Amino acid sequence: MGTLTKFRNGAMGGLAAALLATAAQAETVRWGAPRDIVSLDPYSYGDSYTINFLNHIYEGLVRYNRDLEIEPALAESWEIVSPTTWRFTLRKGVKFQDGSDFTAEDVLASLQRVSDETSPLKGNLPAYESAMVVDEHTIDIELNGAYPLLLNDLTNIHIFDKGWLVANNAEKPTDVSAGIEGYATFNTNGTGPFVLESRTPEAKTVLTVNEAWWDDAGHNLTRIEFQPISSAATRVAALLSGEVDFVDSAPVQDLPRLEQADNLTVLERTDLRTVMLGFNRRDELVAGGENPMNDLRVRQAMQMAVDMDLIRDKVMRGKSRNAGTLVAPSIPGYSEALDTPAVFDPEKARELLAEAGYADGFEFDFVCTNESYVNEEQFCQAIASMWSRIGLTPKLDIGPTAKQTPKRANGKSDVYTIGWATLPMLDTYSILVQMLHSKDGNSGVFNWGDWSYPELDQLTQSAAVELDRETRLQMETDALKIAKDEIIMMPLHQQPMAWAVSKGFSDFPQFPDNKPRMWYVTK
Amino acid sequence: MLAFIIKRLANAVFVMLSVTFLAFVIFSAVGDPVDQMLNEQATQQQRDDLRERLGLDKPFMMQFGTFVGRAAQGDFGISFRNQRDVLDMIAERFPATFELVLVATFISLIVGVPMGVITAIRRTAWYSEAMQFTSIIGISLPSFVVGIGLILVFSVWLGWFPAFGRGETVDLGWWTTGLLTPSGRMSIVLPALSLSLFQITLVMRLVRAEMLEVLRSDFIKFARARGIPARSIHFRHALRNCLMPVVTMTAMQIGGLIAFALVTETVFQWPGMGLLFIQAVTFVDVPIMAAYLCIVALIFVILNTIVDMTYAVIDPRLRGAEK
Repeated sequence: MGTLTKFRNGAMGGLAAALLATAAQAETVRWGAPRDIVSLDPYSYGDSYTINFLNHIYEGLVRYNRDLEIEPALAESWEIVSPTTWRFTLRKGVKFQDGSDFTAEDVLASLQRVSDETSPLKGNLPAYESAMVVDEHTIDIELNGAYPLLLNDLTNIHIFDKGWLVANNAEKPTDVSAGIEGYATFNTNGTGPFVLESRTPEAKTVLTVNEAWWDDAGHNLTRIEFQPISSAATRVAALLSGEVDFVDSAPVQDLPRLEQADNLTVLERTDLRTVMLGFNRRDELVAGGENPMNDLRVRQAMQMAVDMDLIRDKVMRGKSRNAGTLVAPSIPGYSEALDTPAVFDPEKARELLAEAGYADGFEFDFVCTNESYVNEEQFCQAIASMWSRIGLTPKLDIGPTAKQTPKRANGKSDVYTIGWATLPMLDTYSILVQMLHSKDGNSGVFNWGDWSYPELDQLTQSAAVELDRETRLQMETDALKIAKDEIIMMPLHQQPMAWAVSKGFSDFPQFPDNKPRMWYVTK
Repeated sequence: MLAFIIKRLANAVFVMLSVTFLAFVIFSAVGDPVDQMLNEQATQQQRDDLRERLGLDKPFMMQFGTFVGRAAQGDFGISFRNQRDVLDMIAERFPATFELVLVATFISLIVGVPMGVITAIRRTAWYSEAMQFTSIIGISLPSFVVGIGLILVFSVWLGWFPAFGRGETVDLGWWTTGLLTPSGRMSIVLPALSLSLFQITLVMRLVRAEMLEVLRSDFIKFARARGIPARSIHFRHALRNCLMPVVTMTAMQIGGLIAFALVTETVFQWPGMGLLFIQAVTFVDVPIMAAYLCIVALIFVILNTIVDMTYAVIDPRLRGAEK
C-alpha cells in the first residue's frame, strides 16, 4: 500500500484502483516470531512450535477447529471397531503439493515413520501398535491397548506422501546419532493450506498459498513471511516500525507501549499452561537431613504463605489467572469445583509449621529457571521472600533451563517450578500419567519429587483405557482432587500470553495453546 | 627459520587441543540435551535409549577422544536440534558474520583514524576533548545497549534503517552476500555501527598515542623547519609512521570481532555464526557448540601464527631470540 502514496495525480486514480485490487488479492502476513523452527521435518525434534508451524504445510488425519475441538481433516470419519482397533475413512480427492494422490498407503508410511525406533516423536503416539491398509481410502490402526486419546495424538502426526519418502530415501526419520542428514529436513511435500517457497534458517521462511487445498479456505492470505527475531526488544521495535505485522510473543512489560501504538492491536488472554511448584518427597532433602515436606501440614503451610493475588498484581502486572487446580479451564478433565485458589493466611501457616514441629523453619533448595515461564525469576524471588516471612529458609537457585532441568529431573531440588499445558494431547490425562503418577516404567517421567499415591495411579490407569468420555473425565477429575487435597503440586497461575497484530487484519483468532493458525486469518 | 615455524605450529596444535578440552568441560556443565530433544510425552525408556545412541552415557575422556578423532578429520557430526551437518550450518552463516566484521572494521578505520589524528594535533581544542570523552562512553557502554539504542532511534523513530535481519542476499555459490542489494546494504548499517563503536575508540586512541609519539620525533621537526605545510606533515609523514601498529592491531582484532559479534547478532537477528551459537547453548546442541568454539579458536590461532611469522620475517632479531 505504501507504493500508492506515489500516485498523487488524480488522473492516476484508475491505475491506483487497479493496484488496490491486486493488493487486495496479495495478502501477506509478516510474522515476527520469538524463535526459528528447527527443521522442515515435522518428525525431527520434540518441539511443538516447529510442529505447529509445519502444520501450515502438512496436515494430520484430524485437527483442532477454532474452538480447539477435534474435527475431521485428512480423515473424513472414524469408528472404533474394537477397543484396540480404530478404522479411519480417508478424504478422497486430496492431493499432495507435488500432485500425487493422498491414499491410505501414505498414512501407513507416515505412522511407521513417526513410530520408528529412532524417531524423537515416538512418544507423541504412545498407543500405536501397527496399521493396516483396508482399501485405498480406509485404514485400520491397531493399538497396544484401549486408548481414548488417539484422536488428540493424531492432531500432531503430519502425513507425508509415501512415494515422495521412498523416492528420497526418507522413509525412516533422521537419526542424529547416525550423523547423516535427511531429505525431509530441507524439503516439504504436504497437503496443507500453504506451500513452502523458500527458507533461510534464522532469517526468513516464506510460504505461499496452496491454491489446490482441499478445504474451503477460511483465510485470504496469499503469503506468509516467517521471520524469527529472538531478542524481545528488537521484536517489539520491528513491530512498532512496521517491519513485521504479527508477533506471537509480545513481552508483558511492553504491552502498555504496544497498546498505545495507533497501528497495532494487542490480543491478550491466559495460556493453557498452568505454572506450578513441585516438592521433593524423598526421605531426605538435597542437602541431607529429614525431609519436612513429606508432612502434609508443611506443604499446606507453604501454600498458605504465598500471596498469589500480590504476585498477580505486582509481578504479573494483573495479567495472570490464579489457579486452584493443575489444569486450565478449557482442558477436558478440569473441574470448576476444584479451581479454588488457596487462601493466603501466613498466621495459619506459622501455626501449621509449629504443629508439624518446624516452628523454627528449615532450609531447602528452590530451583527456578530464568526463562521458561513469564517473569519466572521475579515470581520465584517473591515466593522465596514470602516463605522466609513464615520462618522458612529457601535457597533460591536460578539458572537457564538447560542447566536446571538435570537438577530437577535427578532429584537435586527440593522445590521447583514446572509448567504443564497438556500439549499436544490437550487432556488432563497428560499431566496425570507424565507428572502425577508414580515413577514406574513409562509413567511419571516428570514425577521429579518421587512421590507415590496408589489411589491416583489406579485412577490414571483406569482412565487410560476407559473409552466412555464422561466416565474417563470423571476419573481424571477425581485424580486431580487427590492432587489438590494432598498438595502433590502447588498450582500458581495460568500465565498471560499476548500477541500483537497490525490493524490491517479483520480476523485473527488467538488460541489458548499459543499456536498461531494462519488458515483462519483474514486481512 | 624452519625450526621456528615447526615450533609455532606445534604451539598452535597445543592451543587447539586445550580449547577443545576446555570446551568439553564446559559442555558437561551446561546441561543435558536429551531432555530438550524429546517432548513432554516421551517415556523414560525413550530418553535413556537416545542418550545411549548419542554416546552421552560414555565416560568423559572417551567422549572427548571420539570428538577429537572425528574433528581432526573435519567431521563435527550433525546438529542434535536441526539434524543438519554442523560444518554446513557454520559455513552457511560464516559469510554473514564475516561481512559484518569487515564492514565494522572498515567503519572503525574510516572514523577512528581521522579522529585519532585530530585529537593528537589539536590536543587542547574543545572538540578533541569532546571526542575523547565520547570515546570513553563508546568503550564502556555494553553493545546490546548500543544496539537497542540505535534501533530505537534509527528504526522506530526515524524509520531509516531496518531493525533486524540481513535483507535480500545474493548467492554466489560459495558465498552469500548482502552487500550487492539495496536492502542488504541498508540492513548492515546499524549492526556494523554497533559492532564498530568499541573498535572506533580503540583505533582512535591508538592513532592518537602513536601520533603524539611521532610528532615529537626529529624528522617531523626537520620537516617543519623545511617549511612543509602542516597538513602534509600530519597526514603524509606522521600518519604513515603510525599506521603499522594500527594495521597489525586491526588484523588481530578481526578474530576478536568475529567472537564478539555474538551479542550484536543476537540484538539485530543477524543470521551469523554467533546467533547460531547462542541458540545452540540454549538447547545444549553440543555438536554446534563444539564446532563453533573450535572454529573461532582456529581463526584466532591462524591469525596469531601468521602475525608471528610475518614479524619473524620482518625482524631477524626475533628469529635469533627464539634460538
